[in-house]
Amino acid sequence: MRLYGTELSSRLMLGTAQYPSPAILAEAFRRSGAGIATVSLRREAAGGDGGAFWDLVRDLGVRILPNTAGCHSAREAVTTARMAREMFGTPWIKLEVIGHADTLQPDPWGLVEAARELCADGFEVFPYTTEDLVLAERLLDAGCGVLMPWGAPIGTGLGLSNRHGLRSLRAQFPEVPMVVDAGLGLPSQAAEAMEMGFDAVLLNTAVARAGDPAAMAEGFAKAVEAGRLGYEADPMEPRDMAAPSTPLIGRAVLA
Amino acid sequence: MTELVIGAGVMGLCVAAELSARGRAVTVIDREEGAGPHHCSWWAGGMLAPDCEGETAEEPVVRLGRAAADWWAAQGAQVTRAGTLVAALPRDRAELARFARRVPGETLDAEAFDALEPALAGRGLRGMFVADEAHLDPRAAITGLRARLAARGVTFERGEGRVGQIAGGRVIDCRGLAARDVLPDLRGVRGEMAVLRAPDIVLTRPVRLLHPRFPLYVVPRGDGIFMLGATQIESAGRGPATLRSVVELLSAAYALHPGFGEAELLEIGADARPAFPDNLPRIRRRGATIHVNGLFRHGFLLAPALARQLAGWLCDGNKPELCDEDHGEW
Repeated sequence: MRLYGTELSSRLMLGTAQYPSPAILAEAFRRSGAGIATVSLRREAAGGDGGAFWDLVRDLGVRILPNTAGCHSAREAVTTARMAREMFGTPWIKLEVIGHADTLQPDPWGLVEAARELCADGFEVFPYTTEDLVLAERLLDAGCGVLMPWGAPIGTGLGLSNRHGLRSLRAQFPEVPMVVDAGLGLPSQAAEAMEMGFDAVLLNTAVARAGDPAAMAEGFAKAVEAGRLGYEADPMEPRDMAAPSTPLIGRAVLA
Repeated sequence: MTELVIGAGVMGLCVAAELSARGRAVTVIDREEGAGPHHCSWWAGGMLAPDCEGETAEEPVVRLGRAAADWWAAQGAQVTRAGTLVAALPRDRAELARFARRVPGETLDAEAFDALEPALAGRGLRGMFVADEAHLDPRAAITGLRARLAARGVTFERGEGRVGQIAGGRVIDCRGLAARDVLPDLRGVRGEMAVLRAPDIVLTRPVRLLHPRFPLYVVPRGDGIFMLGATQIESAGRGPATLRSVVELLSAAYALHPGFGEAELLEIGADARPAFPDNLPRIRRRGATIHVNGLFRHGFLLAPALARQLAGWLCDGNKPELCDEDHGEW
């Protein structure tokens, strides 16, 4: 899988928040082989220095995707993105512009505005978006080379709550790398997203808040792999009539 | 030989208490005069809640934390043994199910919940009761322990007490986050808290409000005083609390009991806790220096057990369970 020209071997991305400890976070990455770690820096940076924690995240040896979690306007998000670029030395930014405090739903207008500004400024933007086709089009026009549609609102664990919408988004832009981000609670839901042809999944809460985060991370990694294989193998179409896999010749047809 | 302890936070004082109880002469050196806001234990909640902490903490925290309530009571601290009430608002009941799978306790029906803390009755809160837990007022406990140690002959000195600057002899380094200069795997985890006065609200035990985004605990300190805590942010920043953190804490408290809306806001505080990557404490011997550090959010809960293990090492030669590095001798 290539994202902005970078080849990645894993199709699983993990957030780094809410784990019981950094040691368990590191174990989750080790067991899952996740290739990208998202990091939120807004709150940590505001409070002083998150240096020691970021060093631990850097030590994971995976690609870091800083995010603008917690930003409620395009302006805030752009400022945070610039801070992240300096701090982590990467043009990658997962762009979140929250439009609704309770559901953490993205603000489509703020998102497009911030994406346009960041892309023009040389960032490689990963926008956290809904499954809305028109919004997706606008984000691509703004210069985004990857889309990150939600499965369900952040942290809910509801899975893919609008399958039709996600399917149609996937079909509409077959060439654009897409990562289902947010709302996944179970490995089976990640597998489903992969079977639908999404390129990767990103999750945090489902792993971090599991009783055994490292085991759950591994579970997701296996599901992502299984789902991807299922997609690539060109699955059969469901049909109404039972079709026995061995011929009935030699047996009484009406037995 | 006088045992030299650097740092008069909760860890340093517990070490001084255990060593002096075994007849050792002890001097405690601290950068500041007296107990106060310069120690991160000053901002602690004072919950002695090993079972509840076990929701996310590793096993030693639960086991070693069990000794804390008795230890503090034996030091003359006023320890209230009333358990912990874990509560969730109607729409967050899923959090309760999750918590109950990980922490042993008694799941309460509406009637039992309301009977346990009548102040919280009638608003659809549900919860569970974790009986074998206690709480104390950390500031009173620290101040009291200090006075008790001084009366027992422990001397307190003011000074930088940097490791290496003290000539000869053994040094027990309990400086907390300040020891990052020699313990590079120590990090700060910032916590923000508030103290309220709400004389109309009566709670008899700490209440933990479960919430997917804004978890809160409220610890009653008597006389209508309540401590609200605490954020947990990956940062070593010790600067003032942010508006966002305080708004989240206060909103959660208001959701727990609307009466907190009328509370007086007495204090807002922030500091950074010292923690190692697995959030477990460590005892390390390097030459003549012994580090006892990394108590994370478990200062009052774990300092007694660590101090006891350390004293057992120095006095009887029993190497502590949480010792992960042993270079040197005495």
